[in-house]
Order: sequence, then structure tokens, then C-alpha cells
Amino acid sequence: MSSKPPEEDFAALLSGLANTSGEWLRGSGPESDIVISSRIRLARNLADYPFISQASSADRQAVAKILRERIVDILAGKNVTYLDVAQLESLDRQFLVERQLISREHAESEGARGVLIDPQEQVSLMINEEDHLRVQVMHSGLDLQKAWEQVNVLDDLIEERVTFAFHDQLGYLTACPTNVGTGLRVSVMLHLPALVITRQIEKVLRSLQKISLAVRGLYGEGSQAMGDFYQISNQITLGRSEPDLLKQVGDVVPVLIDYERRAREFLVRESQQVLHDRVSRAYGILRTAQTISSEETMHLLSSVRMGVNLGLIGDLEIPKINELFIRTQPAHLQKMVGNELETADRNIERARYLRLYLNRKSSEHDAEGQN
Amino acid sequence: MKCQQCDRQATFHITELTGGKPQELHLCEECARVYLTQPNEEAPSGAAFVGALAQHLAVSQTAEELARLDRTACPVCGVTFYDFRNQGRLGCPHDYVGFSKELEPLILNIHGETEHCGKRPKRYDQGTDRLTDLIRLRREMQEAVDAEQYERASEIRDEIKAIQQSAGLP
Repeated sequence: MSSKPPEEDFAALLSGLANTSGEWLRGSGPESDIVISSRIRLARNLADYPFISQASSADRQAVAKILRERIVDILAGKNVTYLDVAQLESLDRQFLVERQLISREHAESEGARGVLIDPQEQVSLMINEEDHLRVQVMHSGLDLQKAWEQVNVLDDLIEERVTFAFHDQLGYLTACPTNVGTGLRVSVMLHLPALVITRQIEKVLRSLQKISLAVRGLYGEGSQAMGDFYQISNQITLGRSEPDLLKQVGDVVPVLIDYERRAREFLVRESQQVLHDRVSRAYGILRTAQTISSEETMHLLSSVRMGVNLGLIGDLEIPKINELFIRTQPAHLQKMVGNELETADRNIERARYLRLYLNRKSSEHDAEGQN
Repeated sequence: MKCQQCDRQATFHITELTGGKPQELHLCEECARVYLTQPNEEAPSGAAFVGALAQHLAVSQTAEELARLDRTACPVCGVTFYDFRNQGRLGCPHDYVGFSKELEPLILNIHGETEHCGKRPKRYDQGTDRLTDLIRLRREMQEAVDAEQYERASEIRDEIKAIQQSAGLP
């Protein structure tokens, strides 16, 4: 920890974050052409305070103070930063949501609340979200086991300093009975464009729901997944051990990867030209558009990302595309420009940024090629 | 009535109010689960599902039983069963003890199990329910302060300190 009070660092931290892409979009790790990120989170509550819905404002402040002080103490030397979410501007809160460091609910709720994050953006500890504490670790690619080990160690350390609500038969007690028991949510984010194009995605998602796995889209409103990103997670948290829950999600991922790869192979084999055309047009629009919405950007970037993975686009790399997915989000754009923008102005700014970024990338590449 | 999405019996009758004009949905339990757990910008999904499920489980009771149950308040945090049905969130850890009879079918429905078999804390591995006394006492202390009964409030504060010390809480 620095000697300054942690929240004084937040302006520097946030502007630092705006120039990086964050752990989960690093684009590395096993199977990272299809698996974007692996995430583990635990829900915990202090035994001697009411859950959030019944907590007075004094209770919320006490819970935030206790958890913040103990955790900062435990993580001393790890350079974690505490952000007082209640004090942040709405744009900064939105920015953290886009980076998946806090939930939308955490950004939009009221009362004392905060988040502790590490500089690599692997660890985020949300205080006073739906539960008193949400411990989250995110890794790039398919890496559930390591992420779980990291969460488990953190949980053990924190539990040495605080007493979490626990019931002999029901396990860890949570504000919503859907999380009771282990309080564990295991999630994997996948990029499945070929399953979407070949119209197999619905079938796949239905079969996942049958085995009690939840599926939701990234950034999507409702059930519509934007950019063909899907998050698979366990629905059940009680009656199974943590390793079992890890396995339940972990076992299905290779199957999904296999389906997606086969769908991509099918597309290459059966309609190479159509696919190449689709990918190239997407790339072309992104490099030339004068105004573009967030939805269209996600949609086109998804095609380009698949094109790069299939070798149809040679002058772009996956980490660069991943970076664009996040930097073209509304709050990220506004942070980069340095002031708030209306939707129409955001769309112009987004197109300008994409043109600059993608044309620079390819001309740099060409220059390198000539040398 | 048949479920609108499959051939099973519809047991959930949902009135969707979020899309402009109210829309009636009649679904079986499985389709209702899928429908209600879809991410929704307005309502946190888990809570919406739990609330609807609690509503459903409570429907099988007679009106008087339901009214009595709805008024039942947790002695620790004061949340009523009605509050829980509405918001899908519990008020404190003691609710799992106080409303255990009502919650058991709900938990079985969500998880298919009622026994935790994962990680346990090193301390308090038999449960932390006795610590919920502190929640009740803090509430009573605040009430005493609000009623300007300062002597009573300070007695309660001493009681809280004593419990914290004996429990090894800072």
C-alpha cells in the first residue's frame, strides 16, 4: 500500500486504467481464441450485521469500514486501491462496470459502498453490493482452477479477521437464497460467432439450461448477446462442493469450444468466400465509418475477431481487437475524450477513434513489412 | 392451463409490467425459471425469480395463513415475509433460521439440495446464529436513542460490547 490514503489515488488509477485493456481482455491464456475470460466469485456476509436490504445507513457504513480496513491490512504490499463507489461520478462508475470491476447494480445502488482492486485488474472485492462482500478473481483465457485458488486463499485470509455468516446445514448465508451454500459463481466468457452465424447457438444454450447452467450475454440488454459473447455460469450453489461446481462449468467449456471450432471449420469449408467477404466488409466499415453505434461496433468487431482467428485478416492481433471492444464502450470513449458526450457525438467520436486506431495499425504493419 | 412455451401444466402466472402495457404469461415451472432468470435491466434476476417462487409457494396456503405469514417479522432484523416475497432478498442471516420452514421448499426448488457440502470456516463451523443477537441489539440501541432513552441505549451498548468480547469480535 502507498502511504497516501487509498482513495486519493483513484483519479490517477482511473486515468491509468483508461489506457490499458485489463486482465480479462488481455487475449492470452489457454484457448483464448474462443475463451475470453474465466471468473470466480464468492458471496460473503458479516455474521453480526443485517443484509443490505435491512441495513441502516450506519450499518452500511460500519460494514464498509470493517471490511475495507481488514482487507487493506491483509493485502498490504499488494498495491490494492480502494474506490469509494458512493463518491465517484456516474461516468467513473460506468467505466468500472464496462471493465467488469463492479456490477451494474453496484454502480447504480445507493449508500456506503466501495471496491478494492489490484493494478492487474485480476482481483476485485466489492463491498456492500447485494452481499456485504463479493470476492472476484478474473483471468484471461480458460483458467478456472488458478482463479479459484486465488479466491480461496483470499477468502481464508479475510476469514481470519472477520466472521462470516454461516449455518451448519446451509453453509454460507447470502441475501438471496440463490447464492446460499458455497456462495460460489463460476463463469466463463466465450466468443461464439460461428455458432451464431450457423444458427446453432439457441440449441446449445437450451441444452446448457437443461443442465442447470445459466447463460447470459456480455453487455447485452435482456437476453440478446452483443458481439456474440456469452457467459456460462453455474446456477446451483448449494449441495455441491466448490471443486464440483468448478468441474460442472469447466467440463462443458471444451465441448462448447469444440462446437464453435467445428462451426468455424464448416464455414471455411462450405462458404469460404461468403465468410471472407463478411469479415472484410466488417473490417472495411470499422475503418471508414463516420458515425457508428456501440451495438454495430460490437457486431462488426466480433466478425473481425473471428476473421483474425481464422487467418482471413493478417494485419491485426487479437489483443488489439479485444482492446477495441472495451475502448469503444460509452464510458471509455468519454474518459478518453475527457468530457461527457451525447449519444450522437459519442457515435462520431467512436468512428473517429476506430478509423485512427485501425488505419494506424495497418499502416504501421505495412511499414514494418517493407523494412 | 398449458404452459405457453411447452406442453406442461402452467403453474406460474406472471403479469409482465416492464414492456409498456401489461402482458399475461402462463408458464410451467421450468420455463418460468428460464424466463425469470433472464438478465433484466430493471430487476435483478435472481431476486425476481426468488420473489416469484416465494409467491408461488405461498399461494398453496389459505388466505388467513398467508396473511399471518406475511405479517410475521424476523425478531432480529424486522423484515417480514411479505417484504421478502416482494424483494426476493432476505434481511439478515437469522431469517434462514426464523423462516426455515418457509424457505426450505424454496431452497430445494432452486438448488435441488438442502445440505451444504463445501468449504467451512475454521471458527464458528457449527454456525454463527448466536452472533445475530448483535443485529437485534444494535437496532434496539438505535430505537432507544431515537426515543431519547439514553440510559437504556448505554445499557444496550455495554451488552453489545460484552457479546463482542466473549465472541472474540473486535
